[in-house]
Amino acid sequence: MLAAVGRSSTDELFTQIPSSVRLDRPLAIADGVSEMELTADLRSLAARNRSADDLTCFAGGGAYDHFVPAVVWALAGRSEFYTSYTPYQPELSQGVLQVLFEYQSMICELTGLDVSNASLYDGATALVEAVHMTLGPGRRGVLVSSGVDPRAIEALRTAGRGAGYEPEIFDGMPAVTDDVAAVIVQHPNVYGVLEPAREHFAAAAAAGAKAIELFDPLSLGVLASPGELGADIAVGEGQGLGNHLNYGGPYLGIIAARMADVRKLPGRIVGETVDVEGRTGYVLTLQAREQHIRRDKANSNICTNQTLMAIAAAIYLAWLGPEGLVDLGRQCMSKAGYAAQAIAGLPGVSPAFPGEPCFKEFAVRLPRPATFVIEEMIERGFLAGVAMPQAGDDVLVVAVTERRSRAEIDAFVAALGEVLAA
Amino acid sequence: MNDGAPIRTQGPTATSGTIADRSSPGRRASTFAPLDVPEVDVPHEHQRGEVPALPQVAEIDIVRHYTMLSQQNYGVDTGPYPLGSCTMKYNPKLAETVAAFAGFQRAHPLQPDSTVQGTLAMLWRLEEALCEITGMARATLQPPAGACGEMTGLLIMRAFHADHGEQRTKVLIPDAAHGTNPASVRLAGFQSVNVPADERGLVDVDALRGLVDDQVAGLMLTNPNTLGLFEEHIEEITALLHAAGALVYYDGANLNAIMGKVRPGDMGFDIVHINTHKTFATPHGGGGPGAGPVGVAEHLVPYLPSPMLARGDDGSVGWDRDRPKSIGRLHGFNGNVGVLVRAYAYVFAHGGDGLTEVSELAALNANYLASQIGEAFPLAFPDSPPMHEFVATGEPLKRETGIRAMDVAKRLIDLGYHPSTVYFPLVVDVAMMVEPTETESKQTLDGLAAGFLRAADDARTDPDLLHEAPVTTPVRRLDEARAARHLRLRWGMGDPPD
Repeated sequence: MLAAVGRSSTDELFTQIPSSVRLDRPLAIADGVSEMELTADLRSLAARNRSADDLTCFAGGGAYDHFVPAVVWALAGRSEFYTSYTPYQPELSQGVLQVLFEYQSMICELTGLDVSNASLYDGATALVEAVHMTLGPGRRGVLVSSGVDPRAIEALRTAGRGAGYEPEIFDGMPAVTDDVAAVIVQHPNVYGVLEPAREHFAAAAAAGAKAIELFDPLSLGVLASPGELGADIAVGEGQGLGNHLNYGGPYLGIIAARMADVRKLPGRIVGETVDVEGRTGYVLTLQAREQHIRRDKANSNICTNQTLMAIAAAIYLAWLGPEGLVDLGRQCMSKAGYAAQAIAGLPGVSPAFPGEPCFKEFAVRLPRPATFVIEEMIERGFLAGVAMPQAGDDVLVVAVTERRSRAEIDAFVAALGEVLAA
Repeated sequence: MNDGAPIRTQGPTATSGTIADRSSPGRRASTFAPLDVPEVDVPHEHQRGEVPALPQVAEIDIVRHYTMLSQQNYGVDTGPYPLGSCTMKYNPKLAETVAAFAGFQRAHPLQPDSTVQGTLAMLWRLEEALCEITGMARATLQPPAGACGEMTGLLIMRAFHADHGEQRTKVLIPDAAHGTNPASVRLAGFQSVNVPADERGLVDVDALRGLVDDQVAGLMLTNPNTLGLFEEHIEEITALLHAAGALVYYDGANLNAIMGKVRPGDMGFDIVHINTHKTFATPHGGGGPGAGPVGVAEHLVPYLPSPMLARGDDGSVGWDRDRPKSIGRLHGFNGNVGVLVRAYAYVFAHGGDGLTEVSELAALNANYLASQIGEAFPLAFPDSPPMHEFVATGEPLKRETGIRAMDVAKRLIDLGYHPSTVYFPLVVDVAMMVEPTETESKQTLDGLAAGFLRAADDARTDPDLLHEAPVTTPVRRLDEARAARHLRLRWGMGDPPD
């Protein structure tokens, strides 16, 4: 091959690099190793982790220990899907394109909205993209409920420094003036509480601002959908839809909107069409919105998204079905309610938001700092929940998914009682 | 060569309908343990009106449907995927096995640092290796994709200048740049200014000199550039920007070409992003997930996102959130850690010597393939030797036969190959951008070359083979204009196509 290109060594293929900048030593990274050595290295690293595999998981805060049925990755893990590129050659990519069309369809069914894209990075970045859909001349105000995930607010602050807005936090009802672009409510909120989102969104609509809901897709068998609540744009974290915890990623950013805003949606969108023989097929469509066409006029810079996670979500939702979605919602709600009541009965513990209904997560005030309790509970085999320092060092948010049994909840409450009594 | 062999041989065609078409009332796949606590009712005002119309199918319906769809998709495991600029190399299976270890896959992102020392040590070693490869001081692993990495780098530029009391307004980018560059520039609050190329396809240094002033925050550059050519005057370019107080950003889209040969830091770059799917073979998943780590030189470390990894005296690793000058957070949690495990596996399986060889073989394969098809598809910039990819031009063929690059691409499909990138970069007429990657063998490259030459022959002797192509796929050419005009973006929307 070298002869064919007229060179005597591969190094001659790099002669256009000025010698003054060439690396004149080998890379200071150990030499390569065999597959068995590398597997052993990673196995020993993985063994240094605790995880929801050996700890009973009551931690949430945007990432949940929902059950992942075997069928999801048996199919999403087929290499024709995971070793393919963005479907720019549609004739060779009908598989990925059709699954994404089905994903978009099921997200619309869930959210009660008209259109969905083919995925974004995660819930927090989906919120940023939703806000960017709403900004306009004279409308730069971004009102964020204090019940929104603090990490999502941080991501919004970071993006706002570039795009020229500064999120303002509100408690209770937002004061929506005519320069406000978006009103953001998380439902259920970061403390698990069901906010009066309908009223918030009505206030937004009355002032001509867009209503953005950060939703939990697995609540939508039992809880009112973003569409029913009056949201214009719904964004959510789709990790729970068949994706593993993965220490925070790769997750799935969901975004859905009303038809009127379809041309403002960021990222890939798949549409149905026909081929030259009239057969149904799928293509990437409305590409004129995107960075590779619109360049510095594009609303979003997203290129690579989370397609494989969207494929997993589509398969998971097909597995769940409408009845499964309702069953799952009831299980979460009932088990969280049972756990909340039991924990509130421990000495010195009180609900952080007494009397508020919750879905699968709830906040309690503890007689000890939450971080201390979390560390102590690990010794007893539990991921106890997540601390919410912005609400107080004593606040612990506990998540209870459909996976937790009554026996596990009872053992958790007993262990928590021991830790608090010590 | 897979002459005339259909790519899709199994399963029914795409007209078999969606998963909703397999739905039947009352059927379901999901099962749950019986509810063992008292049932809690949803308060009336929060109740959902109508249950979402998800498909009602059994597990076997799901398995057959999605297996059938997977068979209508081409991946690197199916065959070569020479998409220039996209870098579709083989994804080692080892990476999938180790990423699925429960300690990685089932770790919750908000666990105490003390309980995830394996993951944090893995990330720390990966960061060190990325800094060594790029010549940077520190790197963040948080950005979930390259475009987010670009945004991270640009916000770091902004924070750096603001910290020095400056509000610079412009960022320079070559006119051949990937679309994410100008889009990121605008979203970071800057105005993008195009830098023209010279007749060799390289940055026009004289034109650049005329564009640099005290309003320029920085320059974004890929090197080898978007045409696959090494910017020979890189030292002069970075010095020019630095003299004006501006920063230089390395778009790592082509980092896979230079590992162990030259490092962005040594060329004078201040900020580098890396696309792990391009350089470190993390699977692209049909469009994602990716990961877009960003490395910076020492003077920019304070501005990196929060949190950053920190190693204690006892060797333990934790998250440092006390970063007052940081640009903040760009992802809900810790980035695409599941992708980073795969990148770690690739980096340390190859080692420093193996990564250097990766770049050598990528260049050898690209130069070899260019030499084999040059007679029909000559290099667009014959005076600049290509590195890991090359831009060929279909202009002579089009002049002679009227055949367009897209027709050549579709004919390649019928010949059994995924086509190269076509019509990118936009600055080249009838561009065909080819990147074979280091993982393809000589036999595969010879087959691919034969495919290109056969397509060119067919253009002269039987052009209908190209106009009609592809004919071996589940669907033939699709009506994209119709898709955009009669929007059908989910089932039940509008009228089904007639």
